[in-house]
Amino acid sequence: MNKLSEKLAHLLVGFFGCMAVISVAAITIYMLLKGVPALTKVGILDLLFSAEWKPTANPASFGILYMILSSVVGTAGAILLGVPVGLLTAVFLTDITNTGRVNRKLAKGLSAAVELLAAIPSVIYGLIGMMVLNPRMYALEKKIFTGSTTHQFTGGSNMLSAIIVLAIMILPTVINISVSSIKAVPDSMRNASLALGATKIQTIFKVVLPTASSGIMTGIVLGIGRALGEAMAINMVAGGAVNLPLPFCSVKFLTTLLVSEMAYSSGLHRQALFTVGLVLYLFIVAINLILTKMKKGGKQE
Amino acid sequence: MVKSMSSKKIARTGGLLLAAALMVTNICGCGASGDKALSGKISLAGSTSMQKVCEALMEGYMEKNEQVTVTTEYTGSGAGLESLASGSVDIGNASRHVKDTEKEKGLVENVIALDGIAVIVNKANTVTDLTKDELIKVYQGEVKNWSELGGKDEAIVVIGRENGSGTRDAFEELLKLKDACAYAQELDSTGGVLAKVAATDGAIGYVSLDVVDSSVTAVKLDGVEASEAQILAGNYLLQRPFVMATKGSIEEQNELVKDWFAYLATEEGKSIIRKAGLIVPQ
Repeated sequence: MNKLSEKLAHLLVGFFGCMAVISVAAITIYMLLKGVPALTKVGILDLLFSAEWKPTANPASFGILYMILSSVVGTAGAILLGVPVGLLTAVFLTDITNTGRVNRKLAKGLSAAVELLAAIPSVIYGLIGMMVLNPRMYALEKKIFTGSTTHQFTGGSNMLSAIIVLAIMILPTVINISVSSIKAVPDSMRNASLALGATKIQTIFKVVLPTASSGIMTGIVLGIGRALGEAMAINMVAGGAVNLPLPFCSVKFLTTLLVSEMAYSSGLHRQALFTVGLVLYLFIVAINLILTKMKKGGKQE
Repeated sequence: MVKSMSSKKIARTGGLLLAAALMVTNICGCGASGDKALSGKISLAGSTSMQKVCEALMEGYMEKNEQVTVTTEYTGSGAGLESLASGSVDIGNASRHVKDTEKEKGLVENVIALDGIAVIVNKANTVTDLTKDELIKVYQGEVKNWSELGGKDEAIVVIGRENGSGTRDAFEELLKLKDACAYAQELDSTGGVLAKVAATDGAIGYVSLDVVDSSVTAVKLDGVEASEAQILAGNYLLQRPFVMATKGSIEEQNELVKDWFAYLATEEGKSIIRKAGLIVPQ
């Protein structure tokens, strides 16, 4: 009896353990099956390196270069803006507020805020971006481009808005992973540095952060994955026209292209959207491979 | 006779909800099936813009006539009329008038609905009347400031819909701007366009006529107000007919197709058309 239940439990656990693998395999196969037909029809070079996206024109063109560039620039911008803030927050949480009662309370409150930031749905970020950020961005745009005859005014829905929203959205990921890797740096190293006469700040930047760097990098890569895959929030703030990814241009990302055009698309247009999904999927797979490699590298050290 | 009875009954319940109307017709439909239940297949092909209204009509019709299957392929107006001319479908859908060359092949135009698009601007905008040329120049990006159109010194923010949207399709087709628009924003919903135009100074956008509310100003085009009356009179610029063409007049069609058109003329059929944001022709 006991043996039987043991065996059953084994089977059950094994089955559920395989669910994730089965899901990933199914998604990969599905994306390939759906994404490849348009790729062969449009041609891989035309798809990836043409800037013309006119899926309903006659003849139609399916170039997603600007969308790829927008996704890359948007993600890079979010990292440039978000990582310094996130990293310094992590340092503040671990090495600055680790002494004294008031400091500890402050750190507790801050940690709670970071956790909440991670839990806020992306549509809320988008909504606030739309209602608060975009109008201010439009005021700024008007000031910068006063009298310009060539600039197309976007009403504040632009790349810069998207970058700011993304930067805030990746903060929790960067902060949480940095905090745990900074906490993993043994206190003996800090003490040794301080004993040699280094100041606290010198210790943090010359000893603690370099030691924690592999963990911090993991956080950054995860942040890249989060930013690259985000759709809802950017769809609401980025404007959605296909343009070069300049700060005050309305832009379309790979993700927002899918979100906005899937509903009414048909024929080759729809197939091409699946190919765009495949491209996005390959990006994420690449990011994950890098992550796995880095984790291995970190262990060897 | 059964037909007229059910339509009379529906006409009486016209003020009720559609669901209620459907229920009543169902009861009538059951009684009718005893002596004369239609069965078979009606095939339609054509305009992708008509997908929304077609799906709704098909659903309503097939619920009433369970023995009848209605199928629609969305191949485009021209292709649909071609299929009709070649006899491979019963009805050809077109979101434009049937051309004379097509009429020569024996195709007859039956306008089932009118589609109107309103051009909307921010409430604060002093420009409330645009000519066709001005509208085209705004959407091509040639005119960039409202002062060029007699308004305030305010940049024009050109807002449109995403690729594949029926409204965008109609708007660009009617202005002969197919894929030639320089959009500053492409939004993926009617509500999104309304909200952005209402919130952004200097914004201009287009939406289905039926959703325009007091948060924005619907501009006159060539001096003609965007209203149901003007569209019915055929005066408004951004309007197009939704045509279900037949080969030969409706009277010459088989029982099924006749019944389909009779259904479109019932209050139920009309209310489905109105629900799709369209205007029922008189």
